[in-house]
Amino acid sequence: MTDTATATAAPKGDLLSKFDDTIQTRETLLASGVTDPFNLVMEKVLSPTRAICNGRDTILLGTYNYMGMTFDPDVIDAGKQALADFGSGTTGSRVLNGTYQGHKECEDALREFYGMDHAMVFSTGYQANLGIISTLAGKGDYIVLDIDSHASIYDGCKMGDAEIVPFRHNDIEAMEKRLKRIPEGAGKLVILEGVYSMLGDVAPLKEMVAIAKQHGAMVLVDEAHSMGFIGENGRGVAEEQGVIDDVDFIIGTFSKSVGTVGGFCVSNHPKFDIMRLVCRPYVFTASLPPSVVATAATSINKLRHGANKRAHLWENSKRLHAGLKELGFELGTDTPQSAIVAVIMPDLERGAMMWEALLKQGLYVNLARPPATPANMTLLRCSLCAEHSAEEVETILERFERAGKATGIIAG
Amino acid sequence: MTPAEVDTRIRALIEPFNKKDVAITDATTFQHDLEFDSLTVMDFVAEIEDEFDIIISMNQQAEIETYGQLVTAVHKLQDS
Repeated sequence: MTDTATATAAPKGDLLSKFDDTIQTRETLLASGVTDPFNLVMEKVLSPTRAICNGRDTILLGTYNYMGMTFDPDVIDAGKQALADFGSGTTGSRVLNGTYQGHKECEDALREFYGMDHAMVFSTGYQANLGIISTLAGKGDYIVLDIDSHASIYDGCKMGDAEIVPFRHNDIEAMEKRLKRIPEGAGKLVILEGVYSMLGDVAPLKEMVAIAKQHGAMVLVDEAHSMGFIGENGRGVAEEQGVIDDVDFIIGTFSKSVGTVGGFCVSNHPKFDIMRLVCRPYVFTASLPPSVVATAATSINKLRHGANKRAHLWENSKRLHAGLKELGFELGTDTPQSAIVAVIMPDLERGAMMWEALLKQGLYVNLARPPATPANMTLLRCSLCAEHSAEEVETILERFERAGKATGIIAG
Repeated sequence: MTPAEVDTRIRALIEPFNKKDVAITDATTFQHDLEFDSLTVMDFVAEIEDEFDIIISMNQQAEIETYGQLVTAVHKLQDS
């Protein structure tokens, strides 16, 4: 045990005492007087890019709402109609009473979007990773994955009981070395992400997928942060780098570009449909409400024709990245690689100060801190939206400049 | 390779990671005595894996708390 126990002595056997260090860190941060960065309430949401926070009109720059579909009139109408026609919820599992017409239509929309044979919709993106990974790779199998993989990927690995072999972030050689050392005959699954959400950097999928295939591994790519935006048809980084046909399973989410909630897996594997019966996080939970799958299906169908929005989103990302760099901020990537621009803060205290200074000027970004971040970094993570206007991006840069100078993070 | 040889090679590998020059015995723990964070663990494990051409999966890492346990585990792994 550590000797930095909190002042309030816990009774013996208190199972929550293992979180004392976390409680301490949080108390220290709040004692400095900053607004709690993990307890923000949006009183009103005006659009994909604007909300009222603490009574103030605020530009949203930390929502993952990349394509701005949350207020699309067709999407809203589809949701209202489904709510009226099918009710507020399914009250059941997909394999019992929880599959409605809308769930099938949503899976049809996904198959069409990706040009793949099979699609399976889960209640969240987290459950999609948890379910698919734990069902594919079991005891005795090996999972080779990037060390910076999302929590849902790690949890899926752990639940499946496979041997977990991480390699250094985006390091092709480190990945290959580990694949070579796996015992002959063992099942192998390589797990990669298209865009890594903390720094907004992209994986070298072209090389990695080829190497995985050379070593007889199956490949799963999580394209949560690239769907709708990256690739000619918005299918993600695997499409952009020309390797989508070699990817066995693509995992995605409805809670980013699609603009609602839910998760999915698409695949061309001929036996894929058996997953519906053997995947516990799919079977033992209630399916998505009819209104959610209706909004998702409508949104996915519209995203197929989103080339103009994609182009504008790229412009926003490039401008924000260049502008922040020019102001002297340290960024997570040298070049803009996705719709995420991560600004590196010197430490949690100053990161929270900067976050608050931005919020008081009417700009919301995500404050990300360890253990979610790589290398124990504190980040102000900005995610752009295709609905941010060019003028809004300039306003965002002005607010960053003022807050950066006021907190001493950039030279004033 | 004998356990003693494995020990000698790991001792050499650990040196750059042992920032506080902690005297290492079989009972030395990585988390508390050496204060390795998750990043240091990853780098250190990668060095050992490359040196001995083995895999130490995260499942196996979870069972290894002390230096002595590591030497035993590596000796076993490079033998198999």
